[in-house]
Amino acid sequence: ASPRAEFELPPPPYELDALEPHMSKNTLEFHWGKHHRAYVDNLNKQIAGTEEERYSLEEVVLKSYNNGTPTPLFNNAGQIWNHTFFWESMKPAGGGAPKGKLLQLINRDFGSFDEFKTQFKAAGATQFGSGWAWLVIKPSLEEWIAQRQTGSDEPVKDKDGNIAKSLAVVKTPNAVTPVVWGDVPLLTMDVWEHAYYLDYQNRRPAYMDVFLDQLVNWDAVEARLEAALSTVNLTQQTFTS
Amino acid sequence: MGGPFKLPPLLYDMGALEPYIDAMTMKVHHGGHHATYVSKLNDAIKGKGELESMKLVDLSQTAIKMGPAVRNNCGGHYNHTLFWTYMAPKGSSITKPTGNLQAAIDKNFGSFDQFQTAFNNACAGVFGSGWVWLGVAEDGRLSIETTANQDNPLMDGVVLSQNTATGDRVPGTNGRKIIPFMGQDVWEHAYYLKYQNRKTEYFAAWWNVVNWNKICEYYDQYASKKLYIPVA
Repeated sequence: ASPRAEFELPPPPYELDALEPHMSKNTLEFHWGKHHRAYVDNLNKQIAGTEEERYSLEEVVLKSYNNGTPTPLFNNAGQIWNHTFFWESMKPAGGGAPKGKLLQLINRDFGSFDEFKTQFKAAGATQFGSGWAWLVIKPSLEEWIAQRQTGSDEPVKDKDGNIAKSLAVVKTPNAVTPVVWGDVPLLTMDVWEHAYYLDYQNRRPAYMDVFLDQLVNWDAVEARLEAALSTVNLTQQTFTS
Repeated sequence: MGGPFKLPPLLYDMGALEPYIDAMTMKVHHGGHHATYVSKLNDAIKGKGELESMKLVDLSQTAIKMGPAVRNNCGGHYNHTLFWTYMAPKGSSITKPTGNLQAAIDKNFGSFDQFQTAFNNACAGVFGSGWVWLGVAEDGRLSIETTANQDNPLMDGVVLSQNTATGDRVPGTNGRKIIPFMGQDVWEHAYYLKYQNRKTEYFAAWWNVVNWNKICEYYDQYASKKLYIPVA
């Protein structure tokens, strides 16, 4: 990791009004301009003068997760990571459907794109309180257990010698990100109320429909899948931009 | 007594808590969020024998054992039913506690101002969704505690005053089991339409509509006698 003193707040890869009318400029101004910015400012205050000043964000997230007993840095670090990933998961004139390898894997692991959408929205609906819904790559469970037992860092392979992966929908509370579990995130949707309240109030289901139908950046998801399939270390995840 | 539960009507107009809490928030909070907790609670207990005839205050105590549908919606219904009564239009109630509660606050916090500051700090210190409570601990002392999501201190097995994930103690709290008699909703839906991210402004403004008449009554009649407020 290169030495750094302070984290910065990257802007979303589009103007703040670019997701109108599905997600308003007003929402982006608060969500990115205030909430996301505050997580950055607060983490910078927390790490001032500590060794974490030399870490990348991913390193702070993983280290502060502390194997399941997170330290006070975790909530801010996780939320910075999650929100950057979230902006990059959306685009103007988004929505539609995935194609190519991603669609193949979605069909393989969910049965159909519609079934994926159903499960994704169910995760968002049942994440009670604040949190996130995700599409991730998970190593399959028995291969994951076997790998843990050997202590190996090699990618998990199935019987044919291919890297064994499967797609799954997961949900996380508050600031948690599935990166800390060794999953590779492909897509996220913020279901903290601040993500949708100005535009949808309590109508979280309507927000989730619009997210999938109008906002999801399937190109970004496909690019993340490509990066993961060609990457050796399953626990590494970098931003596309 | 017991289910099916009903959404209680507000005792004041939607706009009566303006400008501190806006009418639109009251409309969505009461008619949307609280109404949904009621209907989902009724769904969760339907056909479940004993659960269908329990009073809300009693169901709350076993709610965690009964699974997330009961826990979240029973908590949401109990918490909000009382929340509306912790508030009243400005000017319709005394503006500070009197009598026994005033004495208890002075004894436990030094002064009303110090109590308010401690309570506001706890509100600001909750990460994610939850509630902040003032209640009576087992030794009779007052304590500020917090719960996550729609949990409340009545629930057997509840985690008190710890921030989700990091597990650190919310500032100003003690982690003591209490009989709550006043609560503040720190879910974003309680303030987002008017205050957005400026939650400390909301926490400060809220005191203008706190119904100290009612809260003193809750303390005198129930909490100081180690009784939960008996919502049916």
